[in-house]
Amino acid sequence: MSAEAVLTRNPGKTRDAGGDRAFRLLAGGCALLVLFSLAGAAASMAWGGRLAFQTFGWKFLISTDWDAVNHQFGALVPIIGTVVTAALAMLMAVPVSFGIALFLTEVAPAWMRAPVASAVELLAGIPSIIYGMWGLFVFVPFMAAHVDPWVDAHLGALPLIGMFFQGPPLGLGMLTAGIVLAIMVIPFISSVMREVFLTVPSRLKESAYALGATTWEVAWDIVLPYTRQAVIGGIFLGLGRALGETMAVTFVLGNAHQLTASLLLPGNSIAATIANEFTEADSEIYRSSLIALGFLLFVVTFVVLVIARLMLRQLDRKAGRT
Amino acid sequence: MFAKQSSTTVKPSKSRTFSFMTPSFKARLATFAMAAALGVTAHAADITGAGSTFVYPVLSKWSAAYSAQTGNHINYQSIGSGGGIAQIKAGTVDFGASDKPLSESELQQAGLGQFPVVIGGIVPVINVAGLAPGQLKLDGAALAKIYLGDIKSWNDPAIAALNPGVNLPDGRITVVHRSDGSGTTFNFTDYLSKVDPQWKTKVGEGTSVQWPVGVGGKGNEGVSAYVKQIKGSIGYVEYAYALQNKMSYALLRNSSGKYVQPNLDSFAAAAATADWAHAKDFNLVMTNAAGADAFPIAATTWVIMYKHPKNAANSKVAFDFFKWSLEHGQPQAQALDYVPLPASLVARVENYWKTEFKL
Repeated sequence: MSAEAVLTRNPGKTRDAGGDRAFRLLAGGCALLVLFSLAGAAASMAWGGRLAFQTFGWKFLISTDWDAVNHQFGALVPIIGTVVTAALAMLMAVPVSFGIALFLTEVAPAWMRAPVASAVELLAGIPSIIYGMWGLFVFVPFMAAHVDPWVDAHLGALPLIGMFFQGPPLGLGMLTAGIVLAIMVIPFISSVMREVFLTVPSRLKESAYALGATTWEVAWDIVLPYTRQAVIGGIFLGLGRALGETMAVTFVLGNAHQLTASLLLPGNSIAATIANEFTEADSEIYRSSLIALGFLLFVVTFVVLVIARLMLRQLDRKAGRT
Repeated sequence: MFAKQSSTTVKPSKSRTFSFMTPSFKARLATFAMAAALGVTAHAADITGAGSTFVYPVLSKWSAAYSAQTGNHINYQSIGSGGGIAQIKAGTVDFGASDKPLSESELQQAGLGQFPVVIGGIVPVINVAGLAPGQLKLDGAALAKIYLGDIKSWNDPAIAALNPGVNLPDGRITVVHRSDGSGTTFNFTDYLSKVDPQWKTKVGEGTSVQWPVGVGGKGNEGVSAYVKQIKGSIGYVEYAYALQNKMSYALLRNSSGKYVQPNLDSFAAAAATADWAHAKDFNLVMTNAAGADAFPIAATTWVIMYKHPKNAANSKVAFDFFKWSLEHGQPQAQALDYVPLPASLVARVENYWKTEFKL
């Protein structure tokens, strides 16, 4: 307020008010452009998918059918595949990214920090098709030979949760897709985390160290609470990529429209289904169902974001009370 | 220092591309002006086509050879059969190409005609330890039961009965299919529908179907990669992929009870013995062909064109191109492991042009 008053009182600066307004319009326009394109994309996909929604109604969400011959389509298998692979990826990527960021800001010797940080960022620049090829030709055989048999033999025998880990050693499947996705999103999450960890004032950290806190205590009780909002923003960036990733997932997921509990069996994801089938979708309802899938990916991402925001607000409230 | 270095490297390259661009652009302008001045007498027509990815390699070979001779260019976009049909119906291209024939009523409605241009084969490829290429014998029913998930292991009695004396391993079968919509899948599932009533009612035929079991690989290369990696797997790919990747394959029993090797001769035999005489508009999928030496899963691609085209001049060139390809394009086709149409079929196609199209 007072700064504005000073500006308006100064006759030499009055012309800048116009510049400010223009700048505000420009910046606001940029922000609105995002909103418009988001709304436009969502609306055009809902419009393109209207035939599928009209034909199948709510059944589209709960049906496991995907039969182009008899024109029966349902989105349950790709939705579950998308959510499960992204969840697996986040389960692995978030702790590892936290470790990377922590190491690079608190633990690593100074000469090591910059090179390793740029190496991590370089990973983010690798195109997803490369991850897909690597996944298919290197990682899938490795999973088939070493990981899948072990998982099947040891975890598959457990009561209750055993059903999630039983299956033939194909190498392809939800677990492989989750791991490849985790590797792909780690650079995104960890570089955001590293950036924001650097913004924590050293005064805070040094005070904590002076009180005898360990590095872990400083990270967990000082650095993380201070940067929580931004860290969660970084996690969402990774989650968004994991939910929408197409090429790499297509190569390692197995692309089978079958609903299975086991993580070792092939499944399908929304993005992979669209990429695979769009070119040869030879009937109206087929194409419409694929576009409707795209709309559902929007919805899934939106729902996940809303749930996370609500959880965050809950956390904030708790923190405020105690 | 870094900034200075980068600025010195950028500048010359910029000016170089600029000076390089101008003359070539001028030259292009000049040829364009010349072509415009020559008008109708100039033979530099640009024909556009779109559709099937299966036919793309041979079409591009043919168009290169053809344009070297005539100066006419054929621009073909391999966007998939579905896209090709949509584009020709929208009238944005001079011809479409599809791995799946259009029905008589669909052709009539849009005023289109179609004819086959080249033949290929689809081969069941396997990865089973201890079996040499061509050692495993399957019939249509067994192949359908494998893809239905009813036959689960390689030493199943149904497979053993077809392979007396062969030591079949006791391994689980992993089925590999295409994950993307494809003409290869259409021909493969069409064959299974013809030979197995259960497949026809449960799954049916199409460019993509609801597979009861198995994993899906993207493209021929995806299926070959999966089959090579997964022990005990079976898949289906275009002949050229099986050949180039040196994959092990199974023999199939054809409709006259003979096990035939997949090769250009057996595909040609399928094309020659298929019942074209009774197929209006060549609406015939030649799987399970009748000939004694015919390979059971042979496939073709149809070119689709307007009977009364809006751009008659372009259509005329397109017909000239396909006439040249069918009559003189055999070496290019064979070099890419396609089968040229047999002479009897070429005669039939040329007759169809005369009677159906206004040239």
